[in-house]
Parts: sequence; C-alpha cells; structure tokens
Amino acid sequence: MTLTPRKDLLDIASLTDDEIKFVLDNAVQFKDLFKRSVKKVPPLRGQTVLTLFYEPSTRTRSSFEVAASRLSADVTHFDIESSSVVKGESVLDTVETLEAMRVDYIVVRHKQAGIPSLIAKNTRASVINAGDGWHAHPTQALLDAFTLQEIYKDLRGCRALIVGDIQHSRVARSTSLIFRRLGMQVAYLAPGSMMPREAPTEIPQFGNWRDALDWKPDVVYLLRVQSERLDEPFFPSAAEYHKHYGLTNERVEIIRERGLYVMHPGPVNRGVEITDAGMAYEKSLINTQVENGIAVRMSVLYWLRPGQV
Amino acid sequence: MPEATRTLLTKAQMAESIAALAKSIREAHVGAKEIALVGIFTRGVPLAKRLATALRQSGVKVQFGTIDITHYRDDLSTFQMVPKLEGSDIDFDLDGMDVILCDEVIYTGRSVRAALDELYNFGRPKRVQLAVLIDRCGRELPVQPDYSALKVTLQPGERVAVRFEEVDPAGDSCTIESQPTSR
Repeated sequence: MTLTPRKDLLDIASLTDDEIKFVLDNAVQFKDLFKRSVKKVPPLRGQTVLTLFYEPSTRTRSSFEVAASRLSADVTHFDIESSSVVKGESVLDTVETLEAMRVDYIVVRHKQAGIPSLIAKNTRASVINAGDGWHAHPTQALLDAFTLQEIYKDLRGCRALIVGDIQHSRVARSTSLIFRRLGMQVAYLAPGSMMPREAPTEIPQFGNWRDALDWKPDVVYLLRVQSERLDEPFFPSAAEYHKHYGLTNERVEIIRERGLYVMHPGPVNRGVEITDAGMAYEKSLINTQVENGIAVRMSVLYWLRPGQV
Repeated sequence: MPEATRTLLTKAQMAESIAALAKSIREAHVGAKEIALVGIFTRGVPLAKRLATALRQSGVKVQFGTIDITHYRDDLSTFQMVPKLEGSDIDFDLDGMDVILCDEVIYTGRSVRAALDELYNFGRPKRVQLAVLIDRCGRELPVQPDYSALKVTLQPGERVAVRFEEVDPAGDSCTIESQPTSR
C-alpha cells in the first residue's frame, strides 16, 4: 500500500481516514526501531527540519527534534527570543528568511490560531502545526490515538472522558476529533466557564466527577491547567480546581478500582490536575504518550513532502 | 496495464526452481550448524519462507527474518507515493550468522545494496549471500547472486513479474510483462 504525500499537517479535520490510518500504522514500525541499538534510519538524509516556536515548549520541541534526528534530518532551532522577531519582524518576513535558507520542514507553534496555515501558504517547505492558539495540535492527537490503539487495537466504542479547560484547549479540540473519527465516544468534564461554546451535541458535558464516572469512561484524559489562566477572573484557584476537577488521591483509588487508563499531554502540574499518587498510578499512560510522540512525529515527517509555494 | 504477458516459468517449474535453489543452498552449507534466510519485502519474503521450509525438511537448522528496505532506497525522495512500512523483523542474534538474503528478482542490484544497509542495523553477520529466483541482467552496482534459478536478458520496457500465492490473490506465476513505457 502507498499513499500520496501531503505538503503540510495543519489540523486533524483536513485528514482523510486513510491518511490517519497510514500515519498510525507506520508509527508502529517507527516505534519498533527504538528497540534496536541503532535507532536511526536515513529517509530524511540531507533534509533540514527547523523548529519555529513562538510559544515556549521544551517537550514538544525536543520530541520533534529527536524524531527528525532519528530520520537523519539536520535539525535547527530558530531561536525566537534572540531573533529579530522581538524587534518586530513579522512572521512572513521570518518565513522569507527561512525560505532563503532552503529549509525543508518547518515545525511551528504560535499563540495565534491560523499562523501555521499562513506560513504554509508562503513557503515550499512542509509545515507541521505544533499547536496554534486554541485551534489545533494534530501531532498530539495522533500520538494520543496511537497510544490507545496500542491497548485497544480497535477504538470503536471506547470511551474517553476529557477533563479540564476544554474551551481554551487545542489538545481537547484535536484529540476529541481524532478519537471520534476513530469511533470512540468522548465526554467533557469541566466547570461551566471552561466548557466549549459550541460543541457537538453528542458529546455529553459533565460538571462533576460522580456524574462523569457514571458515564463509564475507559480513559480519563486530563488537560493541563495553563498557569497563566489561574489569574483570570473566570478561573478557579489552583486549590479549588484540584478539589473539584483534579485527579485527587481519592479519585485515583476510584479509577484504580475501575481499571481506567489516565492520559495527560504534559507537562503536568502536580497537585493541580493530578497528585503524585496519580502520576505513580500503574495505568497512567503519560510516559507512554511521550515515547509514542516521537514515533508518531517520525511517521508524520516520513509522510509529508515539501512542495511548491 | 501490461500490453503483453508471456510465461517465463509455469507454476510447476517455479516449484522445481525453488526446490533446486534450496538444494544448492543445502549443498553449499554441508556441516553448517545453522543458517539464516532473510526475505526482502515484498516478494523476497514468500521466497525465503518456501526455501526455509524446504531446507528444514532436509534437516538444516534455519532462522528466518524479513527486511524492509524502504528507508534505505536511494530513490525514495523521487517517489510520487509514500510506501507503507512493513518493518524489518530479525528476532535472532545476527552476529556471526551465515545469512542468505532472498529476493524474487535481482536487476539493478540497488535493492540488495539497501537490504545490506538495513541488515547491518541488526548486527554483524559472518557472511551474507544472495539467493534469487530470477537473475535479470542489467546490474548498476557490483552485486551478484550466489544462488539463482534462471538468468534472463530483457528488452527495455519489459519486466519480470514473479507472484506468490502468499501475497498475490491470483496465485503463483512467473511472467515477462511488456509495458508501453519503461520505468
């Protein structure tokens, strides 16, 4: 089987079912490489992958960098702090510079939705969205789906409860979408102020853990609490959030009794979304998600192909 | 679609050829403790499996593995389509092993070069040989088979198509296909 390459990966919504399957299937083979003493393969030899992060993110950035290195690409980071961006250079000026450097893949994160798409239209390089505003985080969604597929093989009928600031979360948006595309059922648990303004009606919305657990999820997916939001008026304090929506030690016990899996996109705020006991929970998939992120990003880089502006 | 197809080996001749290959391999390894047959995806795999079965029946101890050469192809970036990965599977210790790579056809030799690169990710074999069903003349690299059942010289625009029932629904066949345009 073969598949036509695409130039960019901007969101989950624009992917076909075949494309999602292709990326997830190949990721199995990429993960298999990690067991070898030589973890590196040469398909991107001579290609340059550049990470362009307008928002800080050590984990996602290094995951992409490790993935690109294992495909034998040359990896460069465009350091925003020290670049002329702080002097007011526009995104498109930066892209023009990168175009002149002839980079082949650009991994972008930006606080404003739509910036990766804007960049993609203005460069021949392949653009991968590594998170844009509240819009999308497609590689996170793919790695989440991959992680559950390792356990369930067929995700149809599997239930995921997503907990936290759904409205302001690109992870919730992309991950819900891919879960549902793969036949899963999704529900949200969040305070009213964090529920999405317009969500599909078939996604149940819960305001407390008791009701949410009565829905009988198989997986509890905790979103990260953005610490900068804690100062905003609609947002509860960290202690309040933990008490009402966090995975407290008491809730860890309930989840353990029911055998549920726990996921989190990282990095976690211990004592807010989750406790130390939650982190140590034997069915936590959080570290598996990190490992799988590399395999899935390798699979994405392998599939995309730079093209024309 | 091919314009014309002519049979190179009948189904029965194919079976005989594979049996003959197995025999040559066995005779070249008299007294060997163990050998490894490694099939190159896609159709080197069923060939290697059949050879392994034949050799085991005659009492040779055989390890079996598969090699996916996709990452090592020198023409990957020119492909219009991206291949789905099969993944290599060598679950025995390759170090010091007597290995026979298997492919259904050798032509330019480029696949074998790629297979050697991938194979070396798993260890350092004592010796690597090559077994093919069809040796098509036209090498572009200094790589030659150690065991082959049939040698052919084809015209430009022609290709050898070997099919195995394990992966091809139409069953075993070995034909020469003429295509309107060469590769």
